Amino acid sequence: MRAFAIALFSVVALAVPAFAQEEAMPPLDHEKWSFDGPFGTFDRGALQRGFEVYSEVCSNCHSLKLMSYRDLGGPGGLGYSDDEVKAIAAQKEVTDGPNDQGEMFQRPARPSDHFVPPFPNDQANRAAHNGALPPDLSLIVKAREGGSDYIYGILTGYKPPPPGLKMPDTMQYNMHFPGHQIAMPPPLSDDVVSFADGTKATTAQEAHDVVTFLTWASEPRMEERKKTGVKVVFFLLVMTGVLYAAKRKIWADVH
Amino acid sequence: MAALQSQSKIVRWIDHRLPIFTFMQHELHEYPTPKNLTYWWNYGSLAALMLMIMIATGIFLAMEYTPNVNLAFDSVERIMRDVNYGWLIRYIHMNGASFFFIVTYIHIFRGLYYGSYKEPRELLWILGVVILLCMMATAFMGYVLPWGQMSFWGATVITNLFSAIPLVGNEVVTWLWGGFSVDNPTLNRFYALHYLLPFVILGVVGLHIMALHTHGSNNPLGIDRKGPQDSIPFHPYYTIKDMFGVGVFLTIFAIFVFWFPNLLGDPANYIRANPLQTPPEIVPEWYFLPFYAMLRSVPDILFIKAKLAGVLAMFGSIFMLFILPWLDTSPVRSARFRPIYKWVFWLLVIDVLVLGYVGAHRPEGLYVVMGRIATLYYFFHFLILFPLLGIFERPLPLPTSISAAVTKGKP
Repeated sequence: MRAFAIALFSVVALAVPAFAQEEAMPPLDHEKWSFDGPFGTFDRGALQRGFEVYSEVCSNCHSLKLMSYRDLGGPGGLGYSDDEVKAIAAQKEVTDGPNDQGEMFQRPARPSDHFVPPFPNDQANRAAHNGALPPDLSLIVKAREGGSDYIYGILTGYKPPPPGLKMPDTMQYNMHFPGHQIAMPPPLSDDVVSFADGTKATTAQEAHDVVTFLTWASEPRMEERKKTGVKVVFFLLVMTGVLYAAKRKIWADVH
Repeated sequence: MAALQSQSKIVRWIDHRLPIFTFMQHELHEYPTPKNLTYWWNYGSLAALMLMIMIATGIFLAMEYTPNVNLAFDSVERIMRDVNYGWLIRYIHMNGASFFFIVTYIHIFRGLYYGSYKEPRELLWILGVVILLCMMATAFMGYVLPWGQMSFWGATVITNLFSAIPLVGNEVVTWLWGGFSVDNPTLNRFYALHYLLPFVILGVVGLHIMALHTHGSNNPLGIDRKGPQDSIPFHPYYTIKDMFGVGVFLTIFAIFVFWFPNLLGDPANYIRANPLQTPPEIVPEWYFLPFYAMLRSVPDILFIKAKLAGVLAMFGSIFMLFILPWLDTSPVRSARFRPIYKWVFWLLVIDVLVLGYVGAHRPEGLYVVMGRIATLYYFFHFLILFPLLGIFERPLPLPTSISAAVTKGKP
């Protein structure tokens, strides 16, 4: 009875926030992700393909300000070598300075630079998109209820509007977007990119890969986190077992 | 206090001048503790552990965090991405707040069930409520620091509550903000206070423990210790029992930190604060939901506006805990010997859970009704049930002593 009460209390107390939001939306399909589960890691192939989708499609409107080019290489990165990372960074120009003449100048980006945004500021971005602001994608997966499945749902959720629904010209119908009217035109279609590794670029494949990339970008330390967790919990279980044995021994003479 | 018997010359030398070893001997080894404490008595030491963890991780976060409206959000993300093990320290601190409240709430309900607030432990209990209040202030201000959407809008909603104060309300709010909206001065002072308050809590915890050690722990039977046969020394019996509890607790805590670090948080706080865009729903962290429900449940009452009435209900709910030692008229401490209170206690637990559930939803339709009934019941429980139960309830006969009950094997 008492154990049941504890269990009930903890379950209800922890579950309350989960019920916080309900709306008339179709349920999100749960995709099978490489990073699911307690030992999940990012599929490096999907990450690199996702980065291709981001670079060729998303990055025309969406910034990724919290990421640096160096994050693409090294441990926990996308698996690119240092030279590849340098080459990727060098494709972009950044403003640096002032130099010793007091002037700002353009130079190729270095691995230590943050991802160069497509527009100099939010106002310029809005002006190019009928007043709508394409959000920065650095944290998009963590910043939305439903996370990776939600982003995948948006990317694959474009449908013709139900008959009778009046849509402004600048809006698209999307079954997973709150309110169903989204300013972003369908970004993906079959063969919108051609993958370097020869994978067939279907819409679903592109969405799956770019969501994998964005999940990584939201938390590049996720693999390290889960790996550390396994060690920590293993240690704690052993320690707790030893402490329990010690407790039993010390208490043996009480009663 | 007997002079310390120690083999070590150095220990004796120090103890003669600064009796810390005698103090520890007295408060840990000689300190008599009821022998029948259950695992419900582990939560006090767990709360102390959480306070330590929060202070330790908080100091390291403070070394990397920047309290400026333009830099705060990015500095937190820099901790998450670029600082060595920054993600670990920050996730421990973030989830630590939730787990601190979990153990504290269990600790409080334990006290409610076993009557730990009754004579002679009234001040011990009241100091505990002071700690709870300080914790709530600290947690609220800490949640503002990452400067996400929920940080900003939560701060706006909660500080605006003070505008309900008659006559000077608006001036008080401007004074709290240090300006005409939640802005950089607000963030700066919240940061300063968020760093200060944990040390205030630490001080009050010291008093809480001092008061505890004056009369010792209550116990599941709620009767006083009658002699040495009822007690065992705190060390090693309860040090090892507490440490085992720490092991179990840290394992559960670690599972959240390493695999579900964002489960208890709101995704909207990973969106940078935007004063021009109100989020669709402003919801506080889960541990404030019951209070938030009360705040939003109370309608206009006579000449008191709903806003003021809600604020009064919210603070009144904590005030009930302050005066509880005098509201409960029953001479029996433990619910084990109170046949009616034993069940009524769970009604309060359910009531608080219902309030938490209501607090997570928009105040519309059925939720308004549920919120009002639950708020009403909360005050009914404290102001009517507690005094009346003491008068009308027939307590069961108490055992003659702790050891008598323990050796019989049954309470």
